[in-house]
Parts: sequence; structure tokens; C-alpha cells
Amino acid sequence: MSQESAEVISATAGASARAARTRISPAGDRIFMFLLYASAWFVLAIVAALFLVLLQRSWPAIQTIGLGVFTQLWDPGGGHFGVLTFIYGTIVTSAIALLIAGPVGIGAALFLAELAPKRLATPVAMLIELLAAVPSVVYGIWGLFVLVPVIRMYIGPALQHTFGFLPLFQGPIYGVGMLAGGLILSIMVVPTVAAISRDVFEAVPNDQREGMLALGSTKWEMMTKAVLPYARSGVVGALVLGLGRALGEAMAVVMVIGNKPQIVASLFQPAYTMASVPANEFSEATGKVYISALIEVGLLLFIVSLLVNISARLLVWNASGRGRR
Amino acid sequence: MKMSPLKSLVAAGVIAGFIVPMAALADTQFLGAGATFPYPFFSRAFYAYSQDHAGITVNYASIGSGGGIAQFTAKTVDFGASDVPMTKAELDAAVAANGAVVQIPDTLGGIAIAYNVQGVSKHIKLSPAVIANVMLGKVTNWNDASIAALNAGVKFPNLPILVVHRADGSGTSYHFTDYLSKISPDWNSKVGRGKTVNWPTGVGAKGNEGVAGQISNSPGAFGYVELAYALQNDMSYAAVQNKAGEFVLPSPDSIRAAASQKPDVNPNEFSITDMGGKDSYPIAGYSWLLVWKNQADPAKGKELTALLKWLVTGGQQYAAKVNYVPLPENVQQEAIKAIGSIHN
Repeated sequence: MSQESAEVISATAGASARAARTRISPAGDRIFMFLLYASAWFVLAIVAALFLVLLQRSWPAIQTIGLGVFTQLWDPGGGHFGVLTFIYGTIVTSAIALLIAGPVGIGAALFLAELAPKRLATPVAMLIELLAAVPSVVYGIWGLFVLVPVIRMYIGPALQHTFGFLPLFQGPIYGVGMLAGGLILSIMVVPTVAAISRDVFEAVPNDQREGMLALGSTKWEMMTKAVLPYARSGVVGALVLGLGRALGEAMAVVMVIGNKPQIVASLFQPAYTMASVPANEFSEATGKVYISALIEVGLLLFIVSLLVNISARLLVWNASGRGRR
Repeated sequence: MKMSPLKSLVAAGVIAGFIVPMAALADTQFLGAGATFPYPFFSRAFYAYSQDHAGITVNYASIGSGGGIAQFTAKTVDFGASDVPMTKAELDAAVAANGAVVQIPDTLGGIAIAYNVQGVSKHIKLSPAVIANVMLGKVTNWNDASIAALNAGVKFPNLPILVVHRADGSGTSYHFTDYLSKISPDWNSKVGRGKTVNWPTGVGAKGNEGVAGQISNSPGAFGYVELAYALQNDMSYAAVQNKAGEFVLPSPDSIRAAASQKPDVNPNEFSITDMGGKDSYPIAGYSWLLVWKNQADPAKGKELTALLKWLVTGGQQYAAKVNYVPLPENVQQEAIKAIGSIHN
């Protein structure tokens, strides 16, 4: 019954809003419209400007190196600027991060929004948002002094013992390496995914849940069949934002990944990511082509991020399209 | 909203710019930028200088050698600082922009070979061949016979060696790879010298603190850090066999001994790794100041040369205070000569 009255209220509110729209002076309307347009275009302009400046600054390198950039050897002194190893490192660490942080973040958000008592949910949600604001160098130092030894002594040997038949978990375990990079990123991405997903779940109208429960569903069915589908696009947004953080993170990864440009299957081996290269080498880089090559790494990271985001969205659109049918 | 404090600051700066010259004619501010390595020394020394010389302040931005050279060439700073002298291409660009450049050694740093092996002495002995073979990935275990042969009575465990090197571009890496290139033809042909090289083995860590952290929590680690860093953090580091065959620990004295072997150090012949002399520690290098030979403002140029002369002589005591190595007497004389060539 409260639902009915709420609908009545919202219907009248809608009507009065429509009435109000015609009452507002057209001039104010147009100015506001212009401001909104300008804001939207401003964001696009920033992205375009960023791309153009990166392109312009990396032009000397593009001209000198050409397609040599898509090789594996990075040796600035010898004039070799191959970035494939960095692209590989960025994609693998981000994939590990999202594989772990996605389920954990969404799970945490579901718990906080649907199951946890208010007394618990509010402080925990606040703490999660606080985690999202911790500077990445703090995560990096924690990673170097806590996570890395734990991987070397416990996580690595356990993985090797259980999944040692996979090339992913073979070879010596140094602690630092691709796995440490992926794990530190996943820890950094969880707060982003959890905080946004929770907001999205809380925005799911209650009648969705009540309708589902009224049909006799369990809480689990209510969450998977009513809340999650309704919130899908918002959750995808949360994952994409999390992925963005993982792709672009430099400092924390630099401190735990081992910074060795190589493409090998084992996650225990050191690796290198795109964002780490300029962070490591820019301040001491000398010579036009070298500096320009570092900026080209930035340009390529920009393009890789764009491609990854687009393909993530396409993937979800396809999946959700199929889901509806 | 955020802009307003900044704007008022800019406004205040503009106003101050008009008023200050009238209030105190002697007020001079020098701006420097460049390498991070000499920063602890510079910040102490320049502070002390401005205490003794009213009206003179020196601000140094430790943005890295590359940035320092770029800012210097663009004339946005009064002096630059670099871990290694400018390359020919950089020098050509600078000369084209503003005439000749004077490069002056300002302090010395040594590089310690640090390691993490339980149960062995705090200062094991290492020979150039062993260091090169470890860095090349040819010696991979601490129980290798070549290490034991140098350290009679020390029992080395069966423990894989994990090489830790700098991941960021750094003068420390340059001096270390310069040393390796001199002692190992194999290293010279395969890897060579540079601030960033294509390391044959090991993991990279960022900064001295990253390398030190990595070494301290990886059993079996083997790496190189600035001596000041090894001393301040009480790390285990090796005595390295020098050209005369002696095993020498890195210390301000042994590094100064190596540097004094080459009094005529200059931007073209600046390497002081693998020097002769039985007290010389073989892995070290200078930090360099970059100054324009022709100073646009004679009064300010005079103040600058006075500052630099003090920095390479009296100011050297502040280098020792941060575990850097003061310039040897004979190099101080050379530095003063170089400063004397600056036209005011």
C-alpha cells in the first residue's frame, strides 16, 4: 500500500515537473543547456588534447623507431625501444587484478547493501571508501615489506604445490613478480569496485526485491535474479573504473613487480608494466629519442586502455543482450 | 574557488618582485635543478651558506639529471646538476642555446655491494670476476666455489643468488655498469654502461630504498646501493678487490683515495672506477654541476662563482655529514680552476 501511494506521489511530481518546465524562462533554459553541453564537450576536448600532445611529443620516437616499438628488447643505451614486454605485463597484471577484485568487490558490495545490518554496513562502507583514498605508494611499501615475503614463503609455494602442473606457477619464487603486481593491484581495485557497486545496489528500487521475494524466492535468488540484473550496467561501470586504476597504476606496481622486461608464462617471474616505465626512467632520461620513446609508451598505454575498455563494454553488452532473450 | 589562493600568491609575488629590490639590493636568489643524488648534500650546504651570507638564498629542485639538463639548457635555472657530465649531443644543444658550459665536480659517492646471506660475515670479500659473473648470471648460487675461494673459513649456504638492480634510471647504475664494463670484456660487449641498461638477470627495484628493501627481505639477494645508504641502514656489504689486488671496504677514505688518483678529472675523462693504488675502493663516481661560462648578469655571476667556490672547498664538510665523500684536495684545486673560467 505504501508503494501505491509512493507511485501516486511520483506521478503528481512528474506532472508538476512537466508544468514547471514550460514555466521556466527559455533564456535560462538555454544557458543551462549550453553549460551542460560545454561540460560534456570539455571532457572530450581534454581527452583529445591529451592524445594530441602525446602524439606530438612521441613523434620523434615514432619516426625513428617506427614498428621497432613492437619488439621485445628495451635497451635505451643501445637505441632499442621495444615495448611488447610492457604491454604484456600491463594486460596480465590488470587481468589478475580484475579477476580477483571483481568477485570480491561485488561480493562485498552485495553483502553491505543486502545482508549486513545497518550498524555494520555504514562503518564498513566508510572504511572501504577510505581505502580507495590511500596513496598508491603506501600500498607499494606495504606490498614490498609484507605481501612480497608472504608470497615467497606461503602463497607461492602453496600455488606451486596445487597448480604446479600449469606453466603459470612454475619456476623459482622470488616474491616480487607478476603475481605480486597483480595482487597489489587487486587490493587497490577492490575498494573502487565495492564502493561504486554498493551505491548501485542501493539504488535498486525496493519493489524489485519485494516482487522477487513475493514470488517465493530465497534471498540468494532475489540477489542474483533481481538486484544484479537491474544493477548490471552500474556494476560494469564500477569494473571499468577499477580496470582503469589497474591499467594506469605505476608506483605500487613498480615496487613489487621486479621491473624486468620479459614475456614468460610463470607468474612468479618478474615483469614490467607500461605505466612503470616512464615512472622509473623519465627523471634520468636524456636524449631526444629516449624521452620521446617514454612518451610513446604513455601514448600506447592510452590506446591500450581505450581498447581494453571498449572491448570490456562490448563483451558485457553482448552478454547482457543474450541474457535478456 | 581553488584558484583564488594561488592567484593571490601570484599577485603577492608580483608585488614583492617590485618592492624587494628597493628594500634590499643585495637579495639574490639562485635556482638550481637536477640530479637527486647530491640533494641531501646541497640542501645542507646551501642552507648553511645562506645563514652566513644574508640576502642569498639557493633553491635546488631534485628533479633528476635529465630534467636538470633540460631546465639548464632552457635557461630556466641558474645552474644544473647531473650524475654524469653532459653527452656530446646535450652539450651541442646547450652551446647552441647559450654558449659554452662549465662542468664542475661537486661531490663524490661510492657504491657498496650489499647482500643478504644468513650466517656469513658482515663484510665478505669479492673479486671483480665474481661480481661480473654474478651480474651476468653465470654464478647463480652462493655456494659457488669461486666465492668460497675468496673467503677462507666462511661457510656459504646452498642458496640461489637473487640479483637486485635499480629499475629507475640512475647515476648509481651508471657508475656501477661503468665499473663492470672496465673489469669484464664480456659485460662490456653484451651490456655496456648506462643509467638504464638491459640487465642480463635479476629483479629491478626503484631507488636506493627499493633496492635496500628488496635485499633486506630476500634471502640470497645481491645488489648495489649508494654507500651512504648502506651505512645509514647498517647493511652487509662486501670488501672489493681493487686493481692493486687488495680487498678494500667502501668508506669515505677509500673512495677519496681512488678519486685522488685522478686529479685532472674533467667532463671528458670523468670515470674513477677501477683506479690504481692499494687503498682505492674501485666503484665510485662524481656528481657534476653545470654552469654557463658567460653569465648574463655580472653582479649575480660574481655571487654565483663565490657560492660555487665555497661549495667545492669549505662546503665540502657538509658532504661528509651526510656520508658523502668530500672532494680530495687536488680535485678541489681543479674545480676552483674550472670555476675561475666563468666570465662575469
